[in-house]
Amino acid sequence: MSSAPSPIDVRPESGAASPTSGGNPEGECTDNQNGINVSVNEHKYQEAKSYMLQTSTNTGLNLYDHLADMLSSILSKRPGNIVDSFEELSKKLKRERAKASEDYIYDRPVKPNEIEHAEVEATLFKASDEEMESAMDDEDAQSPVPNIIELGAHFQAAGLSISTEELYRIYFALKSLAEKQPLQIVRFWGKILGLEKNYIVAEGEYREGEEEEDEDENAEEDKEEDENPDEGDEEGEDDDLPKSTYKPQPLIPKEEKGSGANKRTYFVCNDPGREWVKLPPVTPAQIGVARQIKKYFTGRLDAPVVSYPAFPGNEMNYLRAQIARISAGAQISPLGYYQFDEEEEEEEGEARENFIENPEFEGVSARELCDPSLGNWVHHVQHILPQGRCTWFNPSQKGDEEFEDEEDEDEKEEPDEPEPEVGPPLLTPISEDAEINSIPPWSIKLSHKFAREIAVAVIRSNLWPGAVAVAKDKMFENLYIGWGHKYSAENYSPPPPPPVVAEYLSGPDITEVDDPTVEEEAALRAAQQEALEEEGGEELEEEEDDD
Amino acid sequence: MSVTGAENRVQTSLAILRSQNKFQQVYFWGKILGIKDDYLIAQGITTDQMKDIKTFYSLDCVTWNLMPPVDDDIRKKSEKIKGRFTGDPSYEFEQTETAEVDGMTSEQTIQLREEERLSAVLEKIIEDGAVVPRGAFIKNAKGIVVNNSNFQGLQPLDAVKLSSYLHFREAIQLHKKSLIQKEKLEPAIDFLDNIEEDIPKGCWSVQEERGHQVTLRSLYWPGLTAYHIPNTAKFGYCYHGYGEKNNDIPFMF
Repeated sequence: MSSAPSPIDVRPESGAASPTSGGNPEGECTDNQNGINVSVNEHKYQEAKSYMLQTSTNTGLNLYDHLADMLSSILSKRPGNIVDSFEELSKKLKRERAKASEDYIYDRPVKPNEIEHAEVEATLFKASDEEMESAMDDEDAQSPVPNIIELGAHFQAAGLSISTEELYRIYFALKSLAEKQPLQIVRFWGKILGLEKNYIVAEGEYREGEEEEDEDENAEEDKEEDENPDEGDEEGEDDDLPKSTYKPQPLIPKEEKGSGANKRTYFVCNDPGREWVKLPPVTPAQIGVARQIKKYFTGRLDAPVVSYPAFPGNEMNYLRAQIARISAGAQISPLGYYQFDEEEEEEEGEARENFIENPEFEGVSARELCDPSLGNWVHHVQHILPQGRCTWFNPSQKGDEEFEDEEDEDEKEEPDEPEPEVGPPLLTPISEDAEINSIPPWSIKLSHKFAREIAVAVIRSNLWPGAVAVAKDKMFENLYIGWGHKYSAENYSPPPPPPVVAEYLSGPDITEVDDPTVEEEAALRAAQQEALEEEGGEELEEEEDDD
Repeated sequence: MSVTGAENRVQTSLAILRSQNKFQQVYFWGKILGIKDDYLIAQGITTDQMKDIKTFYSLDCVTWNLMPPVDDDIRKKSEKIKGRFTGDPSYEFEQTETAEVDGMTSEQTIQLREEERLSAVLEKIIEDGAVVPRGAFIKNAKGIVVNNSNFQGLQPLDAVKLSSYLHFREAIQLHKKSLIQKEKLEPAIDFLDNIEEDIPKGCWSVQEERGHQVTLRSLYWPGLTAYHIPNTAKFGYCYHGYGEKNNDIPFMF
């Protein structure tokens, strides 16, 4: 079985140190004394070695080389507790060896995402370099972008923040946005998380008169209402198909740019450095449906929103609607920071929409802002009415014209004048906010309990988880980081579909009546016969069917 | 998400906690936000990374209290109680349930202390949300779960796949698999459930941040985030949220 001993070098060939682990036979040291023993041992040794050199039929490796590699790697790297992870190292070496032998296929150079990202972000920094040169000349130019790095530090103290690295990139992205669009104010509104990508949202207010008209406004806005169909079928035309009595809800027009829910314009991008996309103005219908659904954002603006009730728009519109709701519900400022413009005339019956910064604002200390009565904070975004707008629109105004051509005025009911919806006026303190399931709508505390001098007031919304406001003295800011959904302790359940509309109006032709029984029929015939007999009674028809 | 200014004493107090309890490692697990106050949670580990864990909570980052143990009774009650945590560990949650039994409506009031609810919720979050990259932990010959010192990180292409991440909990799904399904698994590494099999599909959101960090977010527990930097041994997870499960997932896709 074993071959004759041939002069093979006992020491391994791969250049490792002398073998130290057990299992190797004795060397040549004792061959003087125990010549026979040595040859037997050497014989055994050769046999063992040739066994170890056997190539595996599966992988082409042999144990000898593998052990040699392992030991050389262990001895050169000297990892700790190697005896416990010995098997792991063995597997790793095998994997590496297998990889090396397979690489005859050229690797297709795939740009790793990291490099792509870095290239996109490099454009940010390039733009800022150019601007530096022009800004050196114009020292008085005020940047419309606030110092978000400084604000970021406050938010970090508040416990809700974005890393400084990302903040820097957002800052540069906002600056490039301010250059491309003639905006008076640009704010970092927040970050909305999505399944595949996130959105960075910037809020902007255009300089007066500089806003462009949107070219691709929703064409559906201008569609006329369907004509009100006549109620009740005319008698005599039995072949008429029943006309639907369904009257669609009157279309409530969206608010003008610069007022109500569309007061500010919003821009989003997925990552700082990518193109900013301007979000279209929001319509009351979109807000109405957005209130009834709860969907995740995917991160793609053109993604469809599949829901019941059907959302009139795609993800871009849903995003805009949620941003409008969050702004209306959770954007707050210290009392006195904003005030109504005294010079503006107040129209009767109309809520005040505009406010300006109070030049005499002295600042409110953090401790006063943390007053649990919440009286020191006010909403500075108009509340959105149940209708979906901030100012009430009377839908029956349009309908009045169509009532002139009515045929049956008796049948047509006079629609009741809908009650105008009223909401809390602008700059209402947040202490007036409604509680949610007996939880206060806002949680307020100081950022540093034990370092009151540097602490800022932190106020978190419990209605919109992720909305945070910080303020101290003359500084304040709002930020939203979250998924974009309202809080509800109860589970979401979609609204039930509307009841089935009656097809036919009930009337004698279609009311179900039991078939007359035999007795009733017989009685009727008997009565008819009597009537005939009275008249002359000559013709008698005998009915043969008696059952 | 980050710790507030008040809480940067966490590092110091965790070091003290570790020496007091003779832990091998102490992790900052996360934060559960209450209405008035927030809970900070930390975990200490002795030998087995999965079994020898003790969980502590603190309101002020100085004193750490051991979480009470959870039994079935508390688990069942905590599933029924809804609403936010208040921030007071001794607060009693009360919920009345009306049940119709044989035509008669009976009311049952469930009472649960906030501390116990916290403990139960924590256990659930860890069960659903604690994820680690595949290969980061191994079960050694004695059956003890330890850090894999040879873990070099996932490949970038693997790191964005859900199948490269495992639940860090006692395996449930794994035992139900047939031998054929287990053929390709390595027993030392794959002794945990794969998160790819979580129902519904898509309850984990995987994002690649700026090309070099992979972030996983759980949709069942909004606020639970796990991260891993491919080709390095850096990974972790933490929770920063309200401690309420999001049961509306099926409606939200």
